[in-house]
Amino acid sequence: MKISEISKLLDAQILTGEDASDREITSACCSDMMSDVLAYVKDQGMLLTGLVNSQVIRTANMMDMHCIVFVRSKNPTEEMLELAQECGIVVMRSSLRAYVACGKLWMAGLTQDTEDCDV
Amino acid sequence: MSEAVKFRFDVDGSDFSSAGAASVMVKKKLRQLGYPPEIIRKVSIAMYEGEINMVIHANGGTAEVEVYDDVIIITLSDTGPGIPDVALAMQEGYSTARENIRTLGFGAGMGLPNMKKYTDSMEIDTRIGEGTTITMKVYL
Repeated sequence: MKISEISKLLDAQILTGEDASDREITSACCSDMMSDVLAYVKDQGMLLTGLVNSQVIRTANMMDMHCIVFVRSKNPTEEMLELAQECGIVVMRSSLRAYVACGKLWMAGLTQDTEDCDV
Repeated sequence: MSEAVKFRFDVDGSDFSSAGAASVMVKKKLRQLGYPPEIIRKVSIAMYEGEINMVIHANGGTAEVEVYDDVIIITLSDTGPGIPDVALAMQEGYSTARENIRTLGFGAGMGLPNMKKYTDSMEIDTRIGEGTTITMKVYL
């Protein structure tokens, strides 16, 4: 699924990285605990989270993720967006709750590799 | 063996928001040097976990990365309180991090086990009241 399609599906605003919105995402995970993302997640292209700090961007960068969705209308700071841009990560914000956002993505077919994602 | 490429960073222990900046930098440098993504991921995750640990537990320290033909060595040194029981600290889920660290998304007790998981070898030299040095190797 393209990042632009995910943005439409979640009614999310792309905050940085719009030019990479044609990129394909084949798997995703959702967590507010970056420790767990680093420990359990394998080859997930996208992170959904309600946690807002620079470590979210760095964790996604370490895990080679392409996209971060901040749920519950959480607002990343300018500094975080600059860091994401530097790391080539698309950042978007949705007003949906994490559970609903994940449900919509799953129903739309974003289910690949999910056996490796237990957070 | 050709001369090693070396990077050295001071890790600021007073600012949690900047923790991990050195790992982002190392990841970028290794990409520029053309290393395989899997190797880069292992090195950067292990170093990132170590950096976070140094900020949470030891008020910062230094991080060194040496890149040789056949191995990448990451050395993290701090002058923090030391680890009283290394075997316990290596257990998944055991953490002495304060509650406020958990609200920042860390402190799940996965740091040290994860550093071991992502590297080919890890040695911990710790002295109570003096500090800890962790040496990790990833073979190429």
